[in-house]
Amino acid sequence: MRIGLLLLLGLFLLAPLAAGPYLLSVLTVLLTFAYLGQAWNIMMGFAGLLSLGHALYVGLGAYVAAALFLFWGVPPILGVFPAMAVAALVAAGIGFLSFRFSVKGVHFTLLTIAFAEIGRLVFQHLSAFGGTGGLFLPVASRDGVDLIHLRGDPRMFYYLILAMTAGLFLACRRLLASPLGYRWQALREDPAAAESLGVPLLKVKLAATGLSAALTAAGGVFAAFFYNALFPDQWFGLGYSIEIILAPIVGGLGTLFGPILGALLLTPLGEAISSVTDALGWQSAGVKPFCYGVVLLAIVKFLPDGVWPAIRKRLP
Amino acid sequence: MIADQLVTGLLTGLIYGLMALGLSVVFGVMRIVNFAHGEMAVVAMYAAWAAFRFLGLDPLLSLLPIAGLMFCAGYLLQRGLIQPFVSRPDYMQFILLISVALILTNGALLIFGPEAHGLQVDYAFDSYEIGPLLIDKVRLLSAIAALVLTGLLLAFFRFTLTGKAIRAAADNRTGAQVIGLDIKKLYAITFGIGAACLGAAGTLMSLLVDVMPRVGPELTLLSFVIVIVGGLGSMAGALAGGVLIGVAEALAGTLLEPSLKSMFSYGLLVLILLLRPQGLLGERS
Repeated sequence: MRIGLLLLLGLFLLAPLAAGPYLLSVLTVLLTFAYLGQAWNIMMGFAGLLSLGHALYVGLGAYVAAALFLFWGVPPILGVFPAMAVAALVAAGIGFLSFRFSVKGVHFTLLTIAFAEIGRLVFQHLSAFGGTGGLFLPVASRDGVDLIHLRGDPRMFYYLILAMTAGLFLACRRLLASPLGYRWQALREDPAAAESLGVPLLKVKLAATGLSAALTAAGGVFAAFFYNALFPDQWFGLGYSIEIILAPIVGGLGTLFGPILGALLLTPLGEAISSVTDALGWQSAGVKPFCYGVVLLAIVKFLPDGVWPAIRKRLP
Repeated sequence: MIADQLVTGLLTGLIYGLMALGLSVVFGVMRIVNFAHGEMAVVAMYAAWAAFRFLGLDPLLSLLPIAGLMFCAGYLLQRGLIQPFVSRPDYMQFILLISVALILTNGALLIFGPEAHGLQVDYAFDSYEIGPLLIDKVRLLSAIAALVLTGLLLAFFRFTLTGKAIRAAADNRTGAQVIGLDIKKLYAITFGIGAACLGAAGTLMSLLVDVMPRVGPELTLLSFVIVIVGGLGSMAGALAGGVLIGVAEALAGTLLEPSLKSMFSYGLLVLILLLRPQGLLGERS
């Protein structure tokens, strides 16, 4: 187990030596989805709260850090903290409302969708943030390494998201074995039983939603400075929320390695298929999500626990 | 002016109601939230567009055949794919139907491309002048068709044996099984009925809005708003919710900025979820 993980990490560390610019950008996207999936997994996989509105936190993180940088010159290394705080507050607010009015199950999921859509509409109408026209970060040069302002070489972005993904993996491993992690799992398995054993449901729920949102927002800050162009329709859209949840579901809900494995399977698959259709000269706007849909369907139908638990069973 | 908008909203709302009815029936009976609801409606919209474009069939005529085809598709979908998920946790059902939605939307994108296909019948710009009101002919005819179909559906659930059996299965699944009802078949029929509602509503809607893949997720969210506002699982609620949202959208479009009309819907959705999760007409479980 541990050796396999270290080998994988080694491969990722050495990859930029062999990879060209295209492969490097694919790997960066892959790690971004692994990271976002891991952050989402805290809420769904650990605490059993299905959020289909996580694009809201990506978008909030991205817009807050980008606006602080553009309008007041706050570097993202500082801007990431208010970005995470805003997302955590919004998520805790939603978590509190859902607890106070006991919105559960499907209704909770619909609530997360509704808030993400409201966020999208709000940012569409905030002309200070560019509205539907979008918000753009200036790119002076793609050379050098400026971690404070997150400007520079694509390899810097790659190593940054690699470090974030690895760090989040380790943090989640500690969390899952901590008292809070066990309370989350109790909440996931049986809220009533957990409460009767003295688990403070509200606190535990707010910790899951707030932490998951804050970490997702940090991913949003990274993505904002990586892509440099923010559009409310894309960054707050339901489509993005769905994209975030694909990797952890395919890899294995609630497992630590699931989101990473899911991204390792899905992103290359999507790239391979779109390069094949490009080579054949088809218009391929829908090919990638279509294939993701087919994979998701096959996984839910035949491997409902995900790929990783199925592999782990066969490992010695 | 405002009265015109009110009537327009009311008529559109009746079609919304029929569409949402499909979602509500499926949830009411099987406790499954069909996340691919709007995407299935878009399939019907494309069918109506193709029937008009290639066969010259008026959507008001292709309405019943398309609804019939959608019934079969829904029946088979339930039998082949969804049935084993009825007893699984609700997030699994959600994810299953998300995958169906992804496949349908992007399948439509692959086949028909992202551009909007308009369907224009030759009476598209006719209207009736009734007193001070000016009413679109297309909208009036589609609303009447939606109302008739909704009435037929309610009568089916009230008076036919199958309809009663489905209601029995919804009320008490174990009890229905004990007295020998074929639950799987009833569920498949229910999902077929849900799909047929969409077939009809989608066909009618193809007269009013452009057909394109990205309408699918929008209609799914719209149906969610309607059934939650009216009461998830309540048939009268779906109809009332449809009319309410239709009228609210039409008024918000004239009184406020048009792009803000969905803001009202989502705001209402949040309020209902928090304060009255059983919906305006639903019963507290």
